[in-house]
Amino acid sequence: MKLHQFTIHELQKKLRGDDTTSAEIVESVIERIDAVEDRIHSYITLLKDSAREEARKADGDIRSGKARPLTGIPIAVKDLICTRGVRTTCGSKILHNFIPPYDATVIEKLRDAGAVIIGKTNMDEFAMGSSTETSHFGATRNPWDLDRIPGGSSGGSATAVAADECIASLGSDTGGSIRQPAALCDVVGMKPTYGRVSRYGLVAFASSLDQIGPFTKDVEDCAIMLNVISGYDPRESTSVPIDVPDFTSFLSGDIRGWTVGIPKEYFIEGIDPEVEAAVRKAIAVVEGLGARCVDVSLPHTEYCLAVYYIVAPAEASSNLARYDGVKYGYRSKEGRDLMEMYKKTRSEGFGTEVKRRIMLGTYALSSGYYDAYYKKASQVRALIKRDFDEAFRSCDAVLTPTSPTPAFRLGEKMDDPLQMYLSDIFTISTNLAGIPGVSVPCGYTAAGLPIGVQFLAAPFEEGKLIRIASAYEKHSGIEKRRPNL
Amino acid sequence: MEYEAVIGLEVHAQLLTDSKIFCGCSTKFGAAPNANACPICLGMPGVLPVLNRKVVEYMMKMALATNCRINGRNVFARKNYFYPDLPKGYQISQYAKPPAEHGLVDVELEGGKKRIGIPRIHMEEDAGKLVHDEVQPSSYVDVNRCGVPLIEIVSEPDIRSAEEAAAYLRRLHEILVYLDICDGNMQEGSFRCDANVSIRPRGADAFGTRTELKNMNSFRNVQRALEYEIKRQQYIVEGGGQVIQETRLWDDSQGVTLPMRGKEEAHDYRYFPDPDLVTVEISDTWIEEVKKTLPELPLEKRERFIRDRGIPSYDAGVLTSSRALADYYEEAVRLCGKPKIVSNWVMGDLLRFLNEEKRDIRDCLIKPSDLAEMVNLIEDGTISGKIAKEVFEDMYRSGKAPRTIIDEKGLVQITDEEALKKTIDDIIGANPAQLEQYRSGKEKVFGYFVGQVMKATKGKANPALVNELLKKMLAP
Repeated sequence: MKLHQFTIHELQKKLRGDDTTSAEIVESVIERIDAVEDRIHSYITLLKDSAREEARKADGDIRSGKARPLTGIPIAVKDLICTRGVRTTCGSKILHNFIPPYDATVIEKLRDAGAVIIGKTNMDEFAMGSSTETSHFGATRNPWDLDRIPGGSSGGSATAVAADECIASLGSDTGGSIRQPAALCDVVGMKPTYGRVSRYGLVAFASSLDQIGPFTKDVEDCAIMLNVISGYDPRESTSVPIDVPDFTSFLSGDIRGWTVGIPKEYFIEGIDPEVEAAVRKAIAVVEGLGARCVDVSLPHTEYCLAVYYIVAPAEASSNLARYDGVKYGYRSKEGRDLMEMYKKTRSEGFGTEVKRRIMLGTYALSSGYYDAYYKKASQVRALIKRDFDEAFRSCDAVLTPTSPTPAFRLGEKMDDPLQMYLSDIFTISTNLAGIPGVSVPCGYTAAGLPIGVQFLAAPFEEGKLIRIASAYEKHSGIEKRRPNL
Repeated sequence: MEYEAVIGLEVHAQLLTDSKIFCGCSTKFGAAPNANACPICLGMPGVLPVLNRKVVEYMMKMALATNCRINGRNVFARKNYFYPDLPKGYQISQYAKPPAEHGLVDVELEGGKKRIGIPRIHMEEDAGKLVHDEVQPSSYVDVNRCGVPLIEIVSEPDIRSAEEAAAYLRRLHEILVYLDICDGNMQEGSFRCDANVSIRPRGADAFGTRTELKNMNSFRNVQRALEYEIKRQQYIVEGGGQVIQETRLWDDSQGVTLPMRGKEEAHDYRYFPDPDLVTVEISDTWIEEVKKTLPELPLEKRERFIRDRGIPSYDAGVLTSSRALADYYEEAVRLCGKPKIVSNWVMGDLLRFLNEEKRDIRDCLIKPSDLAEMVNLIEDGTISGKIAKEVFEDMYRSGKAPRTIIDEKGLVQITDEEALKKTIDDIIGANPAQLEQYRSGKEKVFGYFVGQVMKATKGKANPALVNELLKKMLAP
């Protein structure tokens, strides 16, 4: 096995046991990137030079006994997490040249943990999309089938892990943007509870839904990453001051006697039969581990998509107003006066999907429509949250498919936004309710495309997710495959 | 037909917090452009606002001082519009439910007190400033002011004239400065006012079409602009025309209001709750804590001065015009117990000296205890009122205690009867003609003798004693 193929916990052991060095790991990852990146396009910006330097420093730290949880481990970061001195584009022309003078809190945490940042990953423009096709920098391809999309919006972060172009990565999840690409690329992806991981330095798409989370090769790595990035941040008002447990302590426990809810609303018409079969098999595995799987109802599920496509665009329309060509980023050279400069900058700087959502959101907030759309959506959102509160009163976790289908073909849904939006039908509710969710690989289609199962838990119960995901992973009986690149 | 004006005012007061409302940058006025700026001020991608609790506290002070009801759960909202001085493309403000409502203030008018309603006070962030190049067709953005905390104080349309508007504004200004939450500087924009004004036939219930007036940066300009605008509307209506709802700017040099240039677009600010900020909970305990820190307010202080100190209302008005002056006065009175005499000194010589130098009472070299001592020295006859004037000026310039000055300059009043009799004898002897005149009934000449005695004693003679002795000694 090559170094780039290992997990964080495996490499930790190798580094501590003096079997390898961070420099060797980083070289191995760079070699891998050089070999496959042309075909996959996981990255917008590669940081080979600084990564090599950070690796040398990490090796020094290891030698002097100062190894921390991620010391020397190459990590990739979605390109909407601000990195000081490194351009942060959000996959958009309008920020193609934006270099933040600050690090996001999660970047500080990664650095404090010793991580080597290997690059900034590709994404749907401003995280708006489910296929990583709306990036100004071109689409990312699924390592399992290069004609297919990797999911989105954190497609690059998913493929970088799936194709071993990094050891783990960070993405962001507003309606499924970590979990759906994780499912489509055969990796583990978690969206933590809203307020668990600081949003400071995460370029906002929809502030009340956005949450940063990890992509990893297995559940143990997920726990390690979660340990590093979680925690209260006084720089973020919506950050929750709550203790962070050691998530790796949940890796060993079993789920005997647990109640796992299976919401009937998530096994609907339109779900791919191979996906449903794989998820049903996962339910059987969970039952085999001593958990009781019960039918639960989340009655407001049918409104999730509608609510999401009011709330998220509304917040986005306001969050994206700052990209006006005045202070940073792209500015059209055409404008002869202020108004024209604004209009041309934004017309030229934003892509179609972003413009569509800005218009949707602007409309939803307009006077005369606010009550019917935004206010109503907020009320229904509260009901959706209540459904989950109700379910978690009797359930330790909820199990659903992550995505209704495996990876679809590039271009297949680009002209049909509604079909594209439906890709997130099983993941959106989590963000609306603010609860944590994790997608774990649960098999392959006959054509060899990965399928994911999603576990959900009550707020701040990421530990339970690690426990059930880990137990499932160990006993799923699925033979781990590698994409043929 | 007789018309009456209907006026409502919106006041924006910058709060005197050290740092901005949502970041740690300084609020200090007059820094180099963009010196007080951070990624949050600049609305950079990914940065987040964190509320400065002091701002809430200051808002609560104003709310309590204007008899508002303070709400327990408060939400910040985004007001969305594009302008280069607004880096985020939205202003963080408050919309649906203000943190303070149902308030009122009483203003003193010539005809008595008038009560003006304050339906809302809310918190928000200030915007930046555009600096226009005088040569090139370029504008520059200065974000120093972005995020400076403001409270917006809205009045009911209870105001019926320009004079009332000015009186109401002065009242708000006075309260804000008394609370020490706003420096009240209108030139620097710390205290700004917009007005909504319409006219209607006197006694009518319905409102006329209103215009909004901006760009009035002094009390005088607010009054002038309103006077102009009321006349302008009246002229239109009387000519059979209709007032157009629009925003008009006061042009100070021409003394007129003019429609704001360019097409007036109907703004839709698309307010919605800011998802980056959490609900601000204001508990009753917090309200009580803030209440304890409230100073006595000017109107109450004025009434107390008149009632307890027994000074005229004019004096009370002057002495309470600032909290520092009132404190100064009260301290001096506490030490010497002579309210009216202290008032005379403060309103007379002290304010004259301070005003001449544009010096603040807080920088005055005369300590209230020194003034009290000086008053005591007059009262006990150590110095005369006349000499006191000289002593006072010296105290003002040098900051020395009155006793020191009196001793140094040998200004102690001559109350030695024998010594004075001797002096008077000499003067009478030297002025036989004047003596003759006095004794023949020209009483005015008495003053001449007083003057001579004072001259001979360099003003140190006790005037009462001089009078008494002269009367006796001049008598035939």
